[in-house]
Amino acid sequence: MAEISMPSARVEKAGGTLRHIAYVLRTNPVTMIAFAMFAFFLACGVFGPALAPYDPLASNAAIALQPPSAAHWFGTDNLGRDVFSRVIVATRLDLMISVAAVALSFLAGSALGAVAGYWGGWLDAVLNRLLDTIMAFPLFVLAMGIVAALGNTIENIIYATAIINVPFYARLVRAEVNIRRNAGFALAAKLSGNSDLRVLALHIFPNALPPMMVQVSLNLGWAILNAAGLSFIGLGVRPPTPEWGIMVAEGANFIVSGEWWLALFPGLWLMLAVFTFNLLGDGLRDMVDPRKRT
Amino acid sequence: MPSARVKMVLGRVAQAVPVAVGVVVISFLLTRALPGDPAAYFAGPAADEASIAQIREARGLDKPLIQQFVIYVGELLRGELGTSISTGQSVAADLARRLPASLELTLTALVISCAVALPLGILAATRPGSWVDHLCRVLVTAGVSLPTFFTGIVLIYVFYYLLGLAPSPLGRLDFIYLPPERVSGFYLVDAAIAGDWGTWLGALKQLILPAVTLALFTLAPIARMTRAAMLSALSSDFIRTARAAGLTRRKVLYGYALRNALLPVVTTLGMVFSFTLGANVLVEKVFAWPGIGSYAVEALVVSDYAAVQGFVLAMALLFVVLNLVIDIAYALIDPRIGLT
Repeated sequence: MAEISMPSARVEKAGGTLRHIAYVLRTNPVTMIAFAMFAFFLACGVFGPALAPYDPLASNAAIALQPPSAAHWFGTDNLGRDVFSRVIVATRLDLMISVAAVALSFLAGSALGAVAGYWGGWLDAVLNRLLDTIMAFPLFVLAMGIVAALGNTIENIIYATAIINVPFYARLVRAEVNIRRNAGFALAAKLSGNSDLRVLALHIFPNALPPMMVQVSLNLGWAILNAAGLSFIGLGVRPPTPEWGIMVAEGANFIVSGEWWLALFPGLWLMLAVFTFNLLGDGLRDMVDPRKRT
Repeated sequence: MPSARVKMVLGRVAQAVPVAVGVVVISFLLTRALPGDPAAYFAGPAADEASIAQIREARGLDKPLIQQFVIYVGELLRGELGTSISTGQSVAADLARRLPASLELTLTALVISCAVALPLGILAATRPGSWVDHLCRVLVTAGVSLPTFFTGIVLIYVFYYLLGLAPSPLGRLDFIYLPPERVSGFYLVDAAIAGDWGTWLGALKQLILPAVTLALFTLAPIARMTRAAMLSALSSDFIRTARAAGLTRRKVLYGYALRNALLPVVTTLGMVFSFTLGANVLVEKVFAWPGIGSYAVEALVVSDYAAVQGFVLAMALLFVVLNLVIDIAYALIDPRIGLT
């Protein structure tokens, strides 16, 4: 009997989770839209250069500063480059910076938080002090300082964004690991001969993953904003590379003379991307933890 | 019992000390973590061998790291942050001169956003499902997605270029006005002291757009937190008891629910300050606002190293002090302290 009922229960449980997700999606169409927009941005990132109708770097002085038209959907900039193509191609770079930064802070934060939460003691105290100190800086300003100190490159933008995000992950993981350190299942795993590291990595840490996913999604939007802000003030990405922050910065010079499309479209695109990740994060939170809905 | 409050305030002050020390250590590491020769950075791109060597000698950069740290702390205690190569003046003096402009902008923005966000959050919480609630939800989600520099540019386009309502986005005061005599450094305050209402109005006009830009950015987290905190306060037992005891709706809402809901809101203000100080840099660049943020951006462009790191340290210390003030405010308004 037991052999038969076990797998069927498992199937039912998986089906239940899927049904729950489907239910949440049905009752919350906004989340579904967020998933669709996420897929759209992903496609832009992967196929960007192939989708763009023009070469994003090819300048043509004859058609400089033209308003949006059928040929140039988002108009052309002061060098006659197609704004639409530049916006599309920039998706890959912006997504890459934010995904790389968030992945780095996810890994570093998980490792630090898990160790501190599981073993506690002086490790925990030192880590907490360090995180407090990082959080004591206004984060964007700290990122500016790090990039200024390490050098003005795209990699350093990624490192800076990763460093200022680490505290969020480390604290989350630390809290999740800490409350399960002495839970029955963890002690049972330990008693059956698993090493501390194995219990931590395979039994306790996976429990922290659902809230981490929510954090990742919310953080991705924030990381994009951060990277675009840094390049807006002239750090990291250099012109003529198409990037949303730089394009808005360049377009800002033309806004007072009425050429609105230069800054508006990359800005809107950036906003839409951030909006997508924020909606996605909210939606994921609803799936993971219905109580935290605000 | 006032002693419980005093103890708590002193505790917060004591907690801020190690954080401040940590901030100084990190900024020291940032100034020394350069891949190249720090002396060459401090001397600037135009310096020759002799002047680099001179700077290395003068700033003690040839000594061991610990000794350098002692020198660094000593300089900090004397209020020295090095010399800016672009302005030729001491960084501390530059920052002090430009700080009031940034503070005036930030504080105005926070006042605006609190004035909008708190009532919005309270209304949304008391009338769930109404149009106010939906408006609040939309504003909150859209607000956190807004890149500040982009909002600023859109506002400039609409209110300066299209409608012609706002003055040109170039600094704190149009050139037809003379800046008021410096008392506090806040143009609005100084012009009012001088009784020069034409200048006051001119300064206000310049201030509105950048302040609204910043306010739009800070509105979302405050409104979100107010709504959530009010909702949880309204559903708690003590509110049910207060209602059952027949207290008026006003007394229940503002006397009990709001007072408790304000605690998490005040905590959120700390986080909001962090974002605002960062967003300040972007807004100041967009509006050519002569504050410390645009000072840092100008310094970044010409690799004026001492100026940038001085700015980072100054902002961090400012933020530590702000957090301390917020913590103390928290201790003062927390109705639970002194009851137990």
